[in-house]
Amino acid sequence: MVNNMNTLFQANKAIIYFIIMALVLIFVGLNQSWALALGIINMSLISAIMALGVNIQWGYAGLMNVGIMGFAALGGVSVVLIAQQPVTEAVDAGGLKMFIALVMGAVTIVTGVLLNRRGVNKWLITSIVVIGYLFTRFYFSEASDLIEKVDPAITGYLGGFGLPVTFSWIIGGFAAALAAWWIGKITLGLRTDYLAIATLGISEIILYVLKNEDWFVRGLKNVYGIPRPVPYEVDMQKSEWFQSLITWIHKSEFELLSQSERIEKLSEYVREAAVVFVKLCYSGLIIAVLVAFVVLSSLALNSPWGRKVRAIRDNEVAASAMGKDIKRQHLQIFILGSAIVGVAGALLVTYDGIFVPAAYQPLRFTFLIWVMVILGGSGNNMGSILGAFIIWFIWIQSGPMGLWFVEMLGNNMQEGSASLEFIEDRVHYLRLVFMGSILLLIMRFSPGGLLPEKNKEL
Amino acid sequence: MSDSIDIINALALMTNFVILPALSYGSQLALGALAVTLVYSILRFSNFAQGDSMAFGTMLVILISGYMISKGWTITGFPTAILAIPLALIGMSIYLLTMDRLVYRHYRKIKAKQNIVGITASIGVMFVTGGIVRFILGASAQRFGDGERFIFSVREFKAFTGLEQGIAFKTSQFLTITLAILLVAFLFYFLQKTKTGKAMRAYSDNTELALLSGIDPDKVVQITWLLVALFTTIAGTLYGLDKGFAPQQYHLLLLPIFASVIVGGIGSPIGAIAGAFLVAFSEILLTYAYKKFLIYLLPLSMHPSSLVQLIGTEYKYAISFVILVIVLLIRPTGIFKGKVIDGE
Repeated sequence: MVNNMNTLFQANKAIIYFIIMALVLIFVGLNQSWALALGIINMSLISAIMALGVNIQWGYAGLMNVGIMGFAALGGVSVVLIAQQPVTEAVDAGGLKMFIALVMGAVTIVTGVLLNRRGVNKWLITSIVVIGYLFTRFYFSEASDLIEKVDPAITGYLGGFGLPVTFSWIIGGFAAALAAWWIGKITLGLRTDYLAIATLGISEIILYVLKNEDWFVRGLKNVYGIPRPVPYEVDMQKSEWFQSLITWIHKSEFELLSQSERIEKLSEYVREAAVVFVKLCYSGLIIAVLVAFVVLSSLALNSPWGRKVRAIRDNEVAASAMGKDIKRQHLQIFILGSAIVGVAGALLVTYDGIFVPAAYQPLRFTFLIWVMVILGGSGNNMGSILGAFIIWFIWIQSGPMGLWFVEMLGNNMQEGSASLEFIEDRVHYLRLVFMGSILLLIMRFSPGGLLPEKNKEL
Repeated sequence: MSDSIDIINALALMTNFVILPALSYGSQLALGALAVTLVYSILRFSNFAQGDSMAFGTMLVILISGYMISKGWTITGFPTAILAIPLALIGMSIYLLTMDRLVYRHYRKIKAKQNIVGITASIGVMFVTGGIVRFILGASAQRFGDGERFIFSVREFKAFTGLEQGIAFKTSQFLTITLAILLVAFLFYFLQKTKTGKAMRAYSDNTELALLSGIDPDKVVQITWLLVALFTTIAGTLYGLDKGFAPQQYHLLLLPIFASVIVGGIGSPIGAIAGAFLVAFSEILLTYAYKKFLIYLLPLSMHPSSLVQLIGTEYKYAISFVILVIVLLIRPTGIFKGKVIDGE
């Protein structure tokens, strides 16, 4: 009997885990609020897309991407650049100069690369590149000053193209793919840790650029009011069909109330329902993207291409002896995975409605995603999604839980004692310790994760 | 300011703002890079926890020296932090050996692909360590140096030489350079002359053969961690005395340290030192504003109006990265031929 139960559990492990997760979220919805539960679900879904991208790199090919943050940030920037309205004044003031500076920079790099291929004297190339750089920098600083002077409190940047925000998701993917191509081209085929170190470096540098170049996306001043692909709560509250829908849902309750009470109650319900409705719209969009990626990647994994990929991962030497081009294959996968992370980064900024460069922390964007992939079971897409839900839930709830823990301590300590304040102030740093420990424990005791990859051995 | 060409003052200026800072920064990087190299040669993975380990060691020093100051156990004029190093070293060794016992040893025993697994595990250790440091000391920057700040100050130098441009020699710079030379000398002596050091080199070159000739692998690994503790604690403390302590800053040191290791050739101690100085000098030379230097050297009519800074200071970590990329493109083995492909 026990044995039977066990096999049943093994066969339906994924379903059981997902049902438990759903029950927990329903519990949050009933006890705390549906808006909160949906918020957790949406963030989990976006993280799941990122985890999927990382799983493709790590689980399918064993490529270490320690710069997930940077690729996500590139996706986020694309949203600003595509969806925001252009700032015409700033474009008039310094747009042309900035364009010249960027073209000069590009020409310098291309000339340098081309001359290097021709085998021209290294010193000559270096001096050409240095002179090109100095000219670029001269134009560049002048242009950025001009742009940043235009109404710095509100704009002070060039703005975007004013195109539909959904289009920016695709561009976000391409931006991340381009960066991945560049990094991959240099580091793949060398040692595995070179890729890890290079991705770590590029992600920090992307963030430095975003924080410091105010003319680009306003730097630390943040970009607010990014256009939405879904309706605004305020509009929903005003729309008649939505009001009548809410009235219809609460019909039985309203019948018992007087007219004035009914109007008051209705506006309260409408306000709450509008928040939930908007979140649901987002969920729908994100789920559509997630499902598309899951379907495409599992189709790919079960195709001859996917078998080749796994063969390379499991035994590089043998695959290479069979005539597979390993570097090319790794580059493909690295670009694909990073593009998915870029799309998720774009979704995240669209969902938040603001772009905050300072919010990109390696812990939140790189490490958490890693823990999701490894907890879920590297190589298994369903595992990554499950991992995303579990880890994001723990991450969100560990804040309140830490405070609760401090309060428990506080009951046994004197009110306002120095050590209690100290702990309250710092308790959120323990989340780093906690997440690090989860990663180490899974690696040590359950390397396959919750849902280990099937058919691991070909 | 004179309007004639003034080479001596220009050199003094360079010494004060470029050469001395780069020498001490380079020494700090070199010590960190040597720790990474040691872990790499013996345990065969790139230790991503190095930056945060340095923060951990420095934290111990800060705590111990704080206690010593409160008790009055100080030497007038001498930084108490240096006196606290021996005790901190004990704590750091215990911490690293515990981490090895809890985390890394298992993967050695099961003979996992040590590089990949080691990196992943060390990233876990990195976050645990960083979390502990931030929990205990907070995330904000702080200074912990006490004692005499300068060996000689700008004013003393000017009074002594009569030059217009002064040079200050900070105590932290003096200590950094001296301690770095001593430590590097000790490491090379240890690796070349002592029996344990030779065993370590043998283990690094050919593990199987070393095991056959009766070298105790556990002992080699333990000695390695002890050496790593020594280099890490001292590198962290010196960096903190020089530039102040901030956990995020230490975390980011990972980038220049890795750049140093790879530029020099991964696994080569001399390479790590050379790489560290290359990275340090490039970083400071490229972010230095040459305005005053050029004013000393050029006639009045050619004086620059802008700062003449090649790259903004905010991008100093980008420089390590660009160096890294150039080395990978041109000479992936590094200057001193390290290991390019994973050798299993």
